[in-house]
Amino acid sequence: MTRRVVITGVGVVAPGAIGAKAFWKLLTDGRSATRIITHFDASPYRSQVAGEVDFDPVREGLSPREVRRLDRAAQFAVVAGREAVADSGVEFSSIDPGRVGVSLGTAVGCTTSLEREFVVGSDSGRRWEIDQDYTVPQLYDYFTPSSMAAEMAWLVGAEGPATVVSTGCTSGLDSVGHAAQLIMEGSADVMVTGATEAPLSPITVVCFDVIRASSTRNDDPGTACRPFDRTRDGLVLGEGAAILVVEELEHARARGAHIYAEVSGFASRCNAYHMTGLHPEGTEMSDAIDMAMAMARADASDIDYINAHGSGTKQNDLHETAAFKRSLGARAYDIPVSGFKSMIGHSLGAIGSLEIAGCLLPIQEGLIPPTANLNDPDPACDLDYVPLVAREQRVDVALTVGSGFGGFQSAMVLSKVEGTRS
Amino acid sequence: MSIDADRRPAGRGRCTAKAVVTGIGIASPIGLGPTQFWRAALRGEPGIRPITRFDTSGYWAKIGGEVPHFEADRHLQGKLLPQTDHMTRLTLVGTDWALRGAGVRPNDIASRDMAVITAATAGGYEFGQREMQKLWQQGPDHVSTYQSFAWFYAVNTGQISIRHGTKGPGAVLVSEQAGGLDAIGHARRQLRSGTKLALTGGIDSSLCPWAWVAHQVSGSLSRRNDPATAYLPFSRDANGFVAGEGGAILVLETEESAAERPGTRIYGQVAGYASTFDSRDPGRPPGLKRAAELAMADAEVDPADVDVVFADACGIPEEDRKEAAALAELFGPYGVPVTAPKTMTGRLFAGGASLDVASALLSIYWSAIPPTINVGEPDPAHELDLVTETRHQSVRVALVLARGRGGFNSAIVLREHR
Repeated sequence: MTRRVVITGVGVVAPGAIGAKAFWKLLTDGRSATRIITHFDASPYRSQVAGEVDFDPVREGLSPREVRRLDRAAQFAVVAGREAVADSGVEFSSIDPGRVGVSLGTAVGCTTSLEREFVVGSDSGRRWEIDQDYTVPQLYDYFTPSSMAAEMAWLVGAEGPATVVSTGCTSGLDSVGHAAQLIMEGSADVMVTGATEAPLSPITVVCFDVIRASSTRNDDPGTACRPFDRTRDGLVLGEGAAILVVEELEHARARGAHIYAEVSGFASRCNAYHMTGLHPEGTEMSDAIDMAMAMARADASDIDYINAHGSGTKQNDLHETAAFKRSLGARAYDIPVSGFKSMIGHSLGAIGSLEIAGCLLPIQEGLIPPTANLNDPDPACDLDYVPLVAREQRVDVALTVGSGFGGFQSAMVLSKVEGTRS
Repeated sequence: MSIDADRRPAGRGRCTAKAVVTGIGIASPIGLGPTQFWRAALRGEPGIRPITRFDTSGYWAKIGGEVPHFEADRHLQGKLLPQTDHMTRLTLVGTDWALRGAGVRPNDIASRDMAVITAATAGGYEFGQREMQKLWQQGPDHVSTYQSFAWFYAVNTGQISIRHGTKGPGAVLVSEQAGGLDAIGHARRQLRSGTKLALTGGIDSSLCPWAWVAHQVSGSLSRRNDPATAYLPFSRDANGFVAGEGGAILVLETEESAAERPGTRIYGQVAGYASTFDSRDPGRPPGLKRAAELAMADAEVDPADVDVVFADACGIPEEDRKEAAALAELFGPYGVPVTAPKTMTGRLFAGGASLDVASALLSIYWSAIPPTINVGEPDPAHELDLVTETRHQSVRVALVLARGRGGFNSAIVLREHR
């Protein structure tokens, strides 16, 4: 018997929006939350723009010990996790903890804390032999990001399978895909999943600077990320988390849970091409889309909305546009496509889960968020990218895709579940 | 839209295809490649030595398991060297050896039918330390253009995929030292959903000062710097473990895929896998025993069928006690031979459990159980049949256990292939 997997709880920490409802409002408004970096002095860097979260951990309910113990990424995950758990209504104390698992995505883990501790221990890089007298007790947990999956497991008392999925910029799709796989195969009934990232630290900014992947629109930071626009000049970093409670459909129905959507298809592929480059045909992303649609038993005519990777680089725009056409044929021209990174930037491992959370809005409310900052469409990108303004349109089936360094290509199909509120 | 109708949708409908291991690539402190490693393992060779990779005079921990005699430029093209950390180089070479051993040549298997699933704990942190030093001392223009991917956790899967042209699923799992089993378990999952072959396992290394201070504060390292007495799991003198580098990459494929290359050696079958997580509630039992039970059930074997257990063997007294109690409950006191060849290498993080799977497969293949060295007599309170001298005996079923810091437990059952 096929076990189906549904999303029943959502929690979000995003630039410009803490909480799922605030996040959906931001997307509905098509409001960009990118700005000049304030976390540190970014003036020495080429790109000085990012989607930053205004986050006060104490106001968000973290205890002093959690604030001390946890990297910012883990703090995001815990805050979003608590929201998702409350939203789901799952009484974790009343279900078998052995049937509850965790699958958390992150690309660069606790980078911010690692760099901060490096600077202290190395005396601002003056010494190669890091000074052991300056190491904080949490350093090993920053070092290995599975510590963040442990935090999520402790949040709900999970005793089933737990892991971090770290596949770079597709981590946020792959972690949820992994959670869905575990439920489908019968290894768990409920999974706390999603992804988190807080990469806004000098080393991350410089990583993208030196390969000239990030936008230098420092004089207009609010419109810096412009996917599918002729004037785009690169990605804009971001940070945030989206945590989801996913569970087996009958498990959710038995307790009368509100069901946001079904995770009906998922696939990941490697492009075996280049660690940072994409070839313009989009073959492997298309293959991932085909596989995810086959798993969802959906064909091109079923897809009502595509959530694009939309990172704001030309090579990405051409790559995914080609992949959509390859998989969906002529139908690709009729499907609205939009990209949320135009509003919240690219939070690396977290973004895929934030995009899943965002896709619940069109599925629930029939409202498709726009691609912000798309004023001057690139003629080479000839699909319907929903520029600037949200569109009212019924969405039963959404496709969301991701693409990342290392050649990872992932696709997920999210479907409205019959018999639930539309 | 083009969908290959023959493909089984991922995750839906179990396929009973047997997952067999046909290639093993090893980088370890006691040898490179399965032959050298296995000879040394059966001899009980110690691989823990004073660290040479960096100056340890400022650190209280001074010994580790370093992979000796590894010359990356003998194995890898020059263009790969500036873009890879040491751990990625070890992984790429280990993968080459595993594929060669399996007799897989380019184009034998369609690119989209091959997956890469690796475990990680650290990324390329030696590389990362160097680039952060450049950033903070010399400025942004001095940072390597490869930093964006050379140090992140996904690097090995990406580099393997590119090197061998695999276009099937790719994944990276991080569950500290349990991850080496989780990756192999996840690779087996892929074989059930249409993938024919997976390159899987983990080879890990973080022997640089930045990582070393993290290891030191983890509270897990032995305070002794005598290689013969530092890491003594299950001993009365257990006092922590020694960190090392290395691990194993396996070629895991369906039985049908292996049969397409007549004469392919099959080391054994990955027959069962499960993972659990420990509650922090002191009233709840630790999850290791349940992971082992679930993995045995998955493999359809009983405890009585198990010929040897490759233990997690943490070396921290409380953790040893928990593992020994789980083993006694599962198998009865002194109920099964238990071994920890990692006493020769140190604990290898994402690589250690994968190397234990390789050892268990070699045990099945060569009918011999490698020893736990240095321990001598285990603490009698553990009631363990600890293998302290190589035993030559038939091994048909082996259980491998692994735990990751924070509460991760994983178990894999390996079975001889008939």
